[in-house]
Amino acid sequence: MAKRAAPEVNAGSMADIAFLLLIFFLVTTTIATDSGLNRKLPPMDDENVEPPIIKEKNIFTVSINGKNQLLVEEQLMDLKDLRKAALEFLDNGGGTDENGNKCDYCKGKRDPNSSDHPNKAIISLKNDRETKYSMYISVQNELVAAYNILRDRRAEELYGKTLAEMEKDYDDVNYRGNKENLKEKIEKIKIEYPQKLSEVQ
Amino acid sequence: MGKFNKKKSGDLPAISTASLPDIVFMLLFFFMVATVMRDNTLKIKNVLPSADQVEKLDKKDLIMYIYVGQPSERFQSQYGKESRIQLNDKFADVSEIPAFIRAERASKREELRDYLTTALKVDKDANMGIVGDIKQELRKENALKINYTTKKGDISNNQN
Repeated sequence: MAKRAAPEVNAGSMADIAFLLLIFFLVTTTIATDSGLNRKLPPMDDENVEPPIIKEKNIFTVSINGKNQLLVEEQLMDLKDLRKAALEFLDNGGGTDENGNKCDYCKGKRDPNSSDHPNKAIISLKNDRETKYSMYISVQNELVAAYNILRDRRAEELYGKTLAEMEKDYDDVNYRGNKENLKEKIEKIKIEYPQKLSEVQ
Repeated sequence: MGKFNKKKSGDLPAISTASLPDIVFMLLFFFMVATVMRDNTLKIKNVLPSADQVEKLDKKDLIMYIYVGQPSERFQSQYGKESRIQLNDKFADVSEIPAFIRAERASKREELRDYLTTALKVDKDANMGIVGDIKQELRKENALKINYTTKKGDISNNQN
């Protein structure tokens, strides 16, 4: 006995479906770009140059030992508290910068025993040879985060936008505002909270 | 009459393969877009640590890559389990870094040489000793712009 004919499936729209998927993937996938923490190494020491004298209170020492323990200002500290401690140190503004100006944008405690001015505040990071790289990156990340928080806060105050947004605008080709002006604003914030992170060898 | 070829109603209709090329092209395009060309074959374990304050590294042609990590299993009999440096396709010693930097610099156009960045792709289980040595060599060579390449993620992923 003859079987009943199965009706033929119309495949005409298959190509459309395929293209739809193709376009979907084209739009959603991004080619992986590397990202990371940018740092600048100090140049080799010039032996003829006398190192500047820096007051103890303007240095925030962070050291990591071989067991990945964190020593901040001579005290053991947990990684999760580091960001706040660094923030308080940088934003203290207890004194004046080298030109005698007070830090009028700092919101810290103005403790005379902590840093004078963001301009003078230096974070010194020291690590052991046995320190694990992941721990080191975590610490670097927290310190950079402290700077970023302060810069964002200042940018928000002055221009109503975070620094990250301003930098994004600067890179955006369709940005309609004045780019020169924007660059100046970004530079100003970076000068107000300079990233002074030194790594001890 | 002559119409003896008329399909019998019992035959299964052939599945249309007209859209097969579309599907194949779709896959092709997808892989073309999604794959990242890797110019180095890694001979080491290279799991990057996570960080969330990252900046993007664009301009891929202006980056020198230095890989550090434990040799992968098939090289362990030869190179041991201690973290090693990989430059291009070979294992290298710290003392080979200056030559590597100079070679990379020489291969770039002169006006671009100042913009070269060294990306340190270091395995998260490596220790800082070897990284410190590399940094010292880079300072000697005056290649001061570096980038600690990380994954984007919370730092709590770094504790294991």
